Amino acid sequence: MKKEMKMEFSSQSENEGFARVAVGAFIAGLNPTVDELADIKTAVSEAVTNAIIHGYEQKEGKVWITCEIDGQDVEICVIDNGKGIVDIDKAREPLYTTKPELERSGMGFTFMEAFMDEVWVASAVNQGTRVTMKKRIERA
Amino acid sequence: MEHKFERETGTLRVQMPRELDHHSAETLRQETDALLIKYPVRSIVFDFQDTVFMDSSGIGVILGRCRNLKFAGGQAIAVHLNQQIQKIFQVSGLHKVIEVML
Repeated sequence: MKKEMKMEFSSQSENEGFARVAVGAFIAGLNPTVDELADIKTAVSEAVTNAIIHGYEQKEGKVWITCEIDGQDVEICVIDNGKGIVDIDKAREPLYTTKPELERSGMGFTFMEAFMDEVWVASAVNQGTRVTMKKRIERA
Repeated sequence: MEHKFERETGTLRVQMPRELDHHSAETLRQETDALLIKYPVRSIVFDFQDTVFMDSSGIGVILGRCRNLKFAGGQAIAVHLNQQIQKIFQVSGLHKVIEVML
């Protein structure tokens, strides 16, 4: 049977740490290695930071995370109702950022792709963005 | 954070936060920039001794400080990187921009 969890939190940067720790705790039962756990936490942190900085442009909003465990597979969705992404392909390019003035490195999606097995992005301008990430935790 | 400026060598030792994300990056940026204005810094050492987590937000802070310092002829080094932080440096290419000493 699938295991699921869903959480909602406000778009404050303090919650970035809370979000990745919560997801880490939820998947702890799969006995991930230190590396696998770090990979997932980094990817969650990237997606949540994007929602806060780009989706809501540091204004008030809600971020949702759903997480599903099916056997050894973990699927995580990070969702916001923010301004959306105009050009998803462009946004996924390494080093591309719309906020260089904030010293954003443009590596967010690159990190998600490097640390997870699969990453999908769905977005609509002025409606929001959903990032779906999958990773298989190898059986210990 | 306890950052330290060593006057004899002109070295600013920056103690990186335990979790280097977008949230802590803001504070780190302000603290470091204030010190870079205050002291005649010739080299900057980013000490990751206490750091257990880092995401791409940390890259911007490090690169920004490096750029300013290198522009002025200074040097930047990162020390005490754990395995996860090393991986972040590798994936981002940061290890090509800043000298790393484990």
